[in-house]
Amino acid sequence: MTSTGALTHAPWSARAWRDTTFVAAGVPVQLAAFVVLMSPWTVWVPVTTTEILLALVVPLALILVGAHALTAAQRRRFWALLGMDVPATAESLSWRGVTASVRSEATWRQVGYHLVAGPVLAAGGVLTVLTWAAGFALATVFGYGWAFPRSLRPGGWTGRDAYLTLAGLLLLLAAPWVAAGVTRLDSRLAASLLGPSRAKELQRRVEDLTESRAGVVDAADTERRRIERDLHDGAQQRLVSLALNLGLARETLTDVPDDAMRVIVEAHEEAKEALTELRDLVRGLHPAVLDARGLDAALSGIAARAPLPVRLRVDVPERASPTVEAVAYFVASEALTNVSRHARASHMEITVERLDGVLRMVLSDDGVGGADPSGGTGLAGLARRVRSVDGTFRITSPPGGPTIITAELPCES
Amino acid sequence: MRIVIAEDSVLLRVGLIKLVETAGYEVAAAVGDAAGLLTAVEEHRPDAVIVDVRMPPAFTDEGVRAALVIRRQWPEIAVLVLSQYVEERYAAELLSANTSGVGYLLKDRVADVSAFLDALRRVIAGGTALDPEVVSQLLLRRRSDPLDRLTPRERDVLALMAEGRSNAGIAEKLVVGDSAVAKHINNIFAKLDLSAADADHRRVLAVLRFLSVG
Repeated sequence: MTSTGALTHAPWSARAWRDTTFVAAGVPVQLAAFVVLMSPWTVWVPVTTTEILLALVVPLALILVGAHALTAAQRRRFWALLGMDVPATAESLSWRGVTASVRSEATWRQVGYHLVAGPVLAAGGVLTVLTWAAGFALATVFGYGWAFPRSLRPGGWTGRDAYLTLAGLLLLLAAPWVAAGVTRLDSRLAASLLGPSRAKELQRRVEDLTESRAGVVDAADTERRRIERDLHDGAQQRLVSLALNLGLARETLTDVPDDAMRVIVEAHEEAKEALTELRDLVRGLHPAVLDARGLDAALSGIAARAPLPVRLRVDVPERASPTVEAVAYFVASEALTNVSRHARASHMEITVERLDGVLRMVLSDDGVGGADPSGGTGLAGLARRVRSVDGTFRITSPPGGPTIITAELPCES
Repeated sequence: MRIVIAEDSVLLRVGLIKLVETAGYEVAAAVGDAAGLLTAVEEHRPDAVIVDVRMPPAFTDEGVRAALVIRRQWPEIAVLVLSQYVEERYAAELLSANTSGVGYLLKDRVADVSAFLDALRRVIAGGTALDPEVVSQLLLRRRSDPLDRLTPRERDVLALMAEGRSNAGIAEKLVVGDSAVAKHINNIFAKLDLSAADADHRRVLAVLRFLSVG
């Protein structure tokens, strides 16, 4: 958080001078609010209650309005001299934002810093400078002795001079310590009072994370499309072409020896099998029909291919985003795979509808139930994929069935 | 017989040309995208087109859309669509206007040279060629309608009808006599409540009902 660290440094170290510069530079800014608050009393002494109230309220209002400017000055000081970033709060500096600013707790924390912590820290700054000055002055007492003519130091060398010099040296050693202490205190107070509050910070972090996760999910989806396209344009076409040529050879070559023909036939069959496998694999990634015709068409494709009757109802008047469509497709196809593998169901129903910015999917089957999301099936992956777009995923699957999966995917309308 | 081929992969386009020429057809043009296909069809007025579903620029369903345009604008031209995956929606769209001279096959089928050429011939002759995978999918799904009353054998016969085969073709495939096929087909018509009045179209109607597009 801060760049302070150990409290002791040699007086000649860069660190000691940096801290000293920092605390000294803080004094005028830190005193600003205090001076404003005190100014009525320096001009005249308020006597009546009204006068006292005015003398309190007017400066306080001025400080409230000027709090952000003061904070900005402090932020610049921290950044320029310590390299420490005090994150800005969201409040605006405009006049329109004044009322909002007065109501915000961030403003009051800042006022707290400028009014209460400020004078204390300014005192710390002054103390630091005084420590250095006194240290220098006293440590050089012996030096004066040499510089002044003998007539001016009638007592000659005295024990007092020695004590004073020693005290000066001690003060010089103490000065970096004081400077570092004040710097550390200032950094802590600034971080907690001038920056955004912990709740605000967490909220901002959540927003950042949500945004970056959405980016990752979109990127993964785009990647799946790219792989599908690459396989389709590359490997798949080559394999089809290969199988076609082998097929042609098989049909048209008549004068080949039997064992050569056997090899051709085998290669042909292998190529066709490879094509089937590749087709199944690519299909699972991201079918082109999903982009072209949307969820309804893509889901009727997998429903038709399923080894059990599927009643499909899709009521999505307006298409969702490509990512949400991809997740919905994935949920349906994985669920179908699970049902046909494990559920021993006689039929399945899939309903997809769009209600107020939510794509709601209900997938139910009349199988044996007992599906357990923690059991290493595709269910955990399904839940993860749904949550990746901030969706909700619920499954009820008592032993004996039926199994009902509900997934709700948010989609902006 | 002149054919226009639309396929964006050069490798496969060359293969398709070779394949079609092997069967004795003339390739009038071979193009790489849907716009080129429509231009070529306009120019050459071929007897048939073979078109890939996914083509530039978007690589989604350009081929299907071009096929629909061709079927609307030049209904006499036979259209054979090749798809990476069998998509019910595409098949239903292609068949919705009429089922003559149209085919929808999985792209992999070109590897089965004789079966592919057989399908191409059927389409050019004004018949239908549906991928066995479409047919089996639809068959699996339609379990809760009059089709339930069909025996497994009748179902097989109907599936082969849907693929676009003739009675003789069905007989050969199932290794039975022509009369047995005719008997099965009559039973199918009866069970699907298709009266003899629409004798000419019964075959198509049965297939359409089977595909749930009619």
